[in-house]
Amino acid sequence: MAHSTTTPQPPSMHAAAPRSDDSPPQDRLLAVAAGRDVPSEVHEQVLAETPVLEIDRFNLWYGSKQALHGITMPIPNNQVTALIGPSGCGKSTLLRSVNRLNDLVQNVRITGDMRLNGDSIYDPRMDVIELRKRMGMVFQKPNPFPMSIYENVVYALRIDGESNRGVLDEVCELSLRGAALWDEVKDRLHESALGLSGGQQQRLCIARAIAAEPEVLLLDEPCSALDPIATGKVEDLIQELRGRYSVLMVTHNMQQASRTSDYTAFMYLGRLIEYGPTTDIFTKPMLRETEAYVTGRFG
Amino acid sequence: MTFDSQRPRRIRSAYSSMVAHGEPWVWLTGGSLAAAIIMITGLLGFIAFRGAMTFWPAPLELVTLRDGRKALGEVTEREQTATVSRRLVRSANFELAGTHYEWFNDAEISTTAFPDWATAIERLEGGRFHGFPVRLLHGEAVVAEGPEASWAAFQREHPTIRRRHRQAGAIDKHDRGELQRQLRAARLAVVGADLAAGRDSDRYRAAVQAEEETAARVAEESALLDEKTAALRGENEGWIYEFETASGEKQSIPLESIVQIWQPNRLSVLGKAGVYLARWAEFLADDPREANSAGGVFPAIWGTVAMTLIMALLVAPFGVLAALYLREYASRGWITSAVRIAINNLAGVPSIVYGAFGLGFFCYGVGAGIDDLFFRPALVADGQPTFGTGGLLWASLTLALLTLPVVIVATEEALAAVPNSMREGSYACGAGKWQTIRRIVLPRALPGIMTGLILAMARGAGEVAPLMLVGVKKLALELPIDGAFPFVHPEREFMHLAFLIYDVGFQSPNSQAAKPMVFTITFLLVTIIALLNVAAIWIRSRLKRRYVSQQF
Repeated sequence: MAHSTTTPQPPSMHAAAPRSDDSPPQDRLLAVAAGRDVPSEVHEQVLAETPVLEIDRFNLWYGSKQALHGITMPIPNNQVTALIGPSGCGKSTLLRSVNRLNDLVQNVRITGDMRLNGDSIYDPRMDVIELRKRMGMVFQKPNPFPMSIYENVVYALRIDGESNRGVLDEVCELSLRGAALWDEVKDRLHESALGLSGGQQQRLCIARAIAAEPEVLLLDEPCSALDPIATGKVEDLIQELRGRYSVLMVTHNMQQASRTSDYTAFMYLGRLIEYGPTTDIFTKPMLRETEAYVTGRFG
Repeated sequence: MTFDSQRPRRIRSAYSSMVAHGEPWVWLTGGSLAAAIIMITGLLGFIAFRGAMTFWPAPLELVTLRDGRKALGEVTEREQTATVSRRLVRSANFELAGTHYEWFNDAEISTTAFPDWATAIERLEGGRFHGFPVRLLHGEAVVAEGPEASWAAFQREHPTIRRRHRQAGAIDKHDRGELQRQLRAARLAVVGADLAAGRDSDRYRAAVQAEEETAARVAEESALLDEKTAALRGENEGWIYEFETASGEKQSIPLESIVQIWQPNRLSVLGKAGVYLARWAEFLADDPREANSAGGVFPAIWGTVAMTLIMALLVAPFGVLAALYLREYASRGWITSAVRIAINNLAGVPSIVYGAFGLGFFCYGVGAGIDDLFFRPALVADGQPTFGTGGLLWASLTLALLTLPVVIVATEEALAAVPNSMREGSYACGAGKWQTIRRIVLPRALPGIMTGLILAMARGAGEVAPLMLVGVKKLALELPIDGAFPFVHPEREFMHLAFLIYDVGFQSPNSQAAKPMVFTITFLLVTIIALLNVAAIWIRSRLKRRYVSQQF
């Protein structure tokens, strides 16, 4: 590969054209593995969307090890965006950087910025608590809090100081309906959330995440700890959330990405390789490397 | 690594090794556990058996020696050596025989018998009495003659006489005590006025006058009380039960002084069970008598439970907060590690050192300061410190310090066991650190914190050494909570079962007679600690059900 500059590359905006067949399919990936920078291929359709979140030349280091290299990508508003890539490619790190959960890890250093609806996330004046209240997050393993179902859902409102019973009741019902859990739990709202099944717990976590009307919903492999039936329910739910919430989802399951997302970004070793509409990424990607990954020939 | 298919395979050994099968380790580990269990159950079983048997009415054996001497008592021990076989008889009647126990050589004994009317009596003073009933007297008049008739008459009269006795005692303790308190309060008011305003002030004169009025009133009321108690005691006077000892001496016992009485040789199992329960009831509910070697241990039970609970209440918030800082706020580093090691080492400091610290810091430091500020009149008037000496509060605080490391270590472990995913989930909802701790981490860690508290209570309730320095007394009948204003007296000295074991068992002039009591008190203490622990474990399991579930 020709590109080996140290400055992060802006997304190349040339028309989507598959690379010529004579270049080796894993060229870029080998270059990345060798520590060189490669340009991210970002499809035009992505750039045409209104972004809710803009990631701008974002670098992140754990101690001396760089985990993210010059990520630049806009996340479209009210769409589902999936991050795919092999283990250790930095998908989760990127997701956790959006709501600054990485602040809790010692020795993390970043450069670059992200903007949520225009507000800089890493601005020193940004109150991280206020920032997190504008986002919802769902984790790999369901992590309901040790309290009742009701209190789990309204947790974000409680810590925001909301104590009006009417408001809380309404938000609880709306969120649980939004998470397709209302009918299953409406008769036992005040029982412990720990008594729910794994799939129910995960949908409860989604209800909790959407209770505060977040500007962006972050899902970190939300189905990886669930059985196929529960996975199906959560995927259906993500489908229903499309259009109402901007979703940024990490998944290692490519079928899931192709089924549920509008846009897909392929990451490798801390770099964004290709980013475009899901159908394009899975059927006619710009890069042979992406094709190799989504068809399972590598990764 | 490459795999060479041509390489010859290693020949497996023909015998499977003993070590691989692991049998010796099963035996070693299982054996250790079995040894531990045998020792623990053996100790507890021994204590429980001896402690529970103390109050069971043993048969009274009439021993007749070849030289004509006779003794009546319970056989408490038999000894068989190569040369002699002998038995230890609790012959009682200390005022006549000069001893409570006596050894008899089997070779010297001509006959033994279990006479029906052999009677054992627990008296208010003088210890146990064994003998045969002769007659019941009221003044000069003989109410009933002969064992059967006198026993029937005794059964009729005794309850009323005991009730009068208790009434008189209550008047002495409560009403007279209240008058004494009023008198003292008035006297302290005078001293206080003197200290605050001087002798020439109106306040002083008013206080002096109030004191005189109080003194007059108290004298008046005391006279009334004297009349009342004298009437009660007068009615009891003259009621005498006359007994004959085994050796034929006559002994008159006032009915009033008979606390328990039983005739074990005539009793059925049911009857013995009745006596057994009555003696337990006395033991649990009454004040001690005769240098703690007889009577009940109620004040000590009260003191033990109160001190343990207050200690738990003090140590829990303190330990939890310290552990929270260590685990949640302090950054990892060598200082944190050093503090942690220091806390662990604190658990190894001899408890008497805590006692000395408690005495020096709480009693003579903080307590003396409080006395200086708020209780100066008492200090000046009769040189008696109020808080500046041992007391329930200071003892509880000292033990809280002693058990603090246990709680901190257990809490830290419980906090570390809270999954990080829960904390992150909370942060992701926009919660701050303290909100996360209070709403997520603490509830989830509560069962583990309770475990620490259980360990602390078990350790604290069994301590003796530090308590001797900071407030436990051989005898303290005034409980720290009573009807006298301000109802709660945390500065009062108190009694404690563990100290009672030491006192009765090793400081008693009559150690043989006290031995069964020691077992009973130990049994009681172990039972109380077990009950406290069971209560805490019950709370913990409820918390666990509520806050910690098995995943999926």
